[in-house]
Amino acid sequence: MTDIPGLPSRRSFLKASAAGMALSGLALPAAAQTKPAPVSLDDYSPEYLTADEWAFVMAATARLIPSEGDGPGALEARVPVFIDLQLAGDYGTADDWYMEGPHDANAEPARGWQTPLNPAQVYRQGIPAFNAWCEETYQAEFAALEPAQQDEALTALQKGEVGLPAEVRDFFTILLANTKEGYFADPQYGGNFEMQSWVYIGFPGARAAFREWPTRHNVKYPLGPVSISGERA
Amino acid sequence: MARQEKKKDVVIVGLGWTGSIAGIELCREGLEIVALERGHDQSTVPNFEYPQQIDELKYGVRLKMMQKPSQQTVTVRRNDGETALPYRSLGSFLPGNGVGGAGTHWNGLNWRPQPEELRLRSYVAENWGEEIIPEGMNLGDYPVSYDEMEPFFTHFEKVAGISGKAGNVNGEIREGGNPFEGWRSEDYPMPPTATTYDSSKFQEACLAAGYHPFPAPAGIASTAYTNPYGMQMGPCNFCGFCERYGCYQYSKSSPQTAILDALKMQPNFSYRTESEVLRVELAEDGKTATGVTYWDHKAGEEVFQPADIVILSSYQLNNVHLMLLSGLGEAYNPLTGMGTLGKNYAYQMNGGVSMFFKDENFNPFVGHGANGMCIDDFSVNQNDFGALGFIGGSYWRSGTFNGQPIRNMPLPKGTASWGAGWKEGIGEWYGHAMSIGSHGSHMSYANNHLDLDPTYKDKHGRPLMRMTFNWQDNDLRMNQYMKSQMEPLAASMNPDVMQSGFKGIGAQYDVRPYQTTHNTGGHIMSANPTEGAVNKFSQTWKAHNVFAMGAGNFVQNTQYNPTGLVGGLAYHTVHAIRTQYLSNPRPLV
Repeated sequence: MTDIPGLPSRRSFLKASAAGMALSGLALPAAAQTKPAPVSLDDYSPEYLTADEWAFVMAATARLIPSEGDGPGALEARVPVFIDLQLAGDYGTADDWYMEGPHDANAEPARGWQTPLNPAQVYRQGIPAFNAWCEETYQAEFAALEPAQQDEALTALQKGEVGLPAEVRDFFTILLANTKEGYFADPQYGGNFEMQSWVYIGFPGARAAFREWPTRHNVKYPLGPVSISGERA
Repeated sequence: MARQEKKKDVVIVGLGWTGSIAGIELCREGLEIVALERGHDQSTVPNFEYPQQIDELKYGVRLKMMQKPSQQTVTVRRNDGETALPYRSLGSFLPGNGVGGAGTHWNGLNWRPQPEELRLRSYVAENWGEEIIPEGMNLGDYPVSYDEMEPFFTHFEKVAGISGKAGNVNGEIREGGNPFEGWRSEDYPMPPTATTYDSSKFQEACLAAGYHPFPAPAGIASTAYTNPYGMQMGPCNFCGFCERYGCYQYSKSSPQTAILDALKMQPNFSYRTESEVLRVELAEDGKTATGVTYWDHKAGEEVFQPADIVILSSYQLNNVHLMLLSGLGEAYNPLTGMGTLGKNYAYQMNGGVSMFFKDENFNPFVGHGANGMCIDDFSVNQNDFGALGFIGGSYWRSGTFNGQPIRNMPLPKGTASWGAGWKEGIGEWYGHAMSIGSHGSHMSYANNHLDLDPTYKDKHGRPLMRMTFNWQDNDLRMNQYMKSQMEPLAASMNPDVMQSGFKGIGAQYDVRPYQTTHNTGGHIMSANPTEGAVNKFSQTWKAHNVFAMGAGNFVQNTQYNPTGLVGGLAYHTVHAIRTQYLSNPRPLV
């Protein structure tokens, strides 16, 4: 199943359908199919993100890991849910980090995280700042842009060309990192829905027992993944 | 006013490898011992149990086994002209937290230094003359020799349960081991672990090139094993979750698997967690310590713990910090060369080559932290420093470890970092790449040092420690030499794509990407009190009843992972305390 660039065919369909995965053509084992389907991304009530922020995260992650081609996209993997839950938790609030001042947000990047903001605040301030740039450049906010424009805008954001304030300079860096985390983390964190990302690349998840495998040279490991909670795919 | 606890014979600060070794060995002398641990308690069961431990996001990425910068951190600057800024979130290095310390989450690579590395200044002087030592390099000899240390290396390897193949037993070179290692009185306690596909390809290429491959010395059990304390290990199943994780099946060497359960059975030993030592208290004459003051997180109060002997066995950075705060020596001044605390902070100079084979399967999730084959053909004692223009060397290794997809997704250069190209790339290349790593020495320099930060404070109002550190040309030249030698070897393996990652001249220290948790020096050993903070027995020159153990003792860093030397030095120290100090407490040198 391929997407047609520019047409809101597949992504809208998936967003609208709670059963999107069962219909997307990927074979699922019986155990996974009998589990109740989670709330659709459109009906999901975010823990941290506002409605506008949620719309941005949906649109941005859908370009960072698009649905077209082999393997799940960020939306099929429910990456936006992962990001919302992470920002609502102790990652978002930087509980483990040293956040005492003084802060030098203009320090060169090699000096590490120096903004006074935590990751949740970087999303909160970064999204409207980036949307303002999109309005200025394309006369529409990011979520309303065509995919090709979204890719162009994200490229400009990644290259530091959208003039973000220093305090949110690392917005793209954490957005991309969090997107990949949600794609590959154990499903208990809300993303990597039904371990599709692990199935796609051939990572067996939490199996963690390969006693006879070190000496099986150049033989592809045959079993699909298991999750920490014991699901199989 | 601080609460006061009952006096003990010994107080141990930090219950990782060296604290556990001090505890169990000094218990045998009948001493009353208490260990104070800043972090939480943790044991294999329940803390490292399957499947909860097999969680890349929680432990590999959110780093929940590590010291939290909100608890304790450092500030970093690259030179004396920069303003140091806090290391706010973990990146470059990952100190541990809780019982077992960094010994719970390490990879298990357990090396001895080469004999030449412990007398490196003399070795250089004898072979090329002191004039090849670059200005600003504090090249030194350790005040202990390899021959003195050998029994202690051997003992630590038995306790820790190391798997490997000896290359030099009492001077006899053995086929299949490392012919360039220092002599061993015995072979390893266990045979090597199995060889994975990438390791065997590397091994073949090395043999074809005339090099001398051998299995990495691994703190990973290859068989069922019982150590001298009666602690048991089971053979590793290559689950792949070593670095940043606790081992769920008693296969990785750690204080938990090798010492702690035996130690906890001793009636004269106790330990208190969430007990963060704030300073060592010195007697009025400044020549001995009276004990330590710590913060009891559960009670929310300061506590004074009197003791006759104080063992500092926290992480290297934290040991130096405590010593600076407690006046256990003078802070090092790089301009005058005076002072010893914070001197010779060093790190590790690493690089590597990634190779992609589109039709071959490496199953990168099948492995362990110390997996693989190594060569020492480019190690410190094989390099002609005069001709090559640097002092140092590295060992090379290839073997799958950490093959988890958030952190380990090597892609050919030019692959998009997101979008359709990235998604296609991960599908095409995950499982089809292998790498060779160069793990290199790092010398000590006047420019790289530790002191107290003038601005930033911790929760207790103490100044954070300030790290002044940058890469130096000598080590960068060594790294570039390794690149020039490794690329042809990698090319001989005919990968579809290959790419190198070696820092070059001009590289600036970047605190963001993980590099290594081999932070060394800062309370170095020395033959006299003007050059270092402790003597050959890790006894502080300032106060004879304070011993500071760990990688802080390193005069300069070796080309190897530090734990083997740390463990050996810890046994050397406790042996001296038992046989020389207890009967007559005094400066031992």
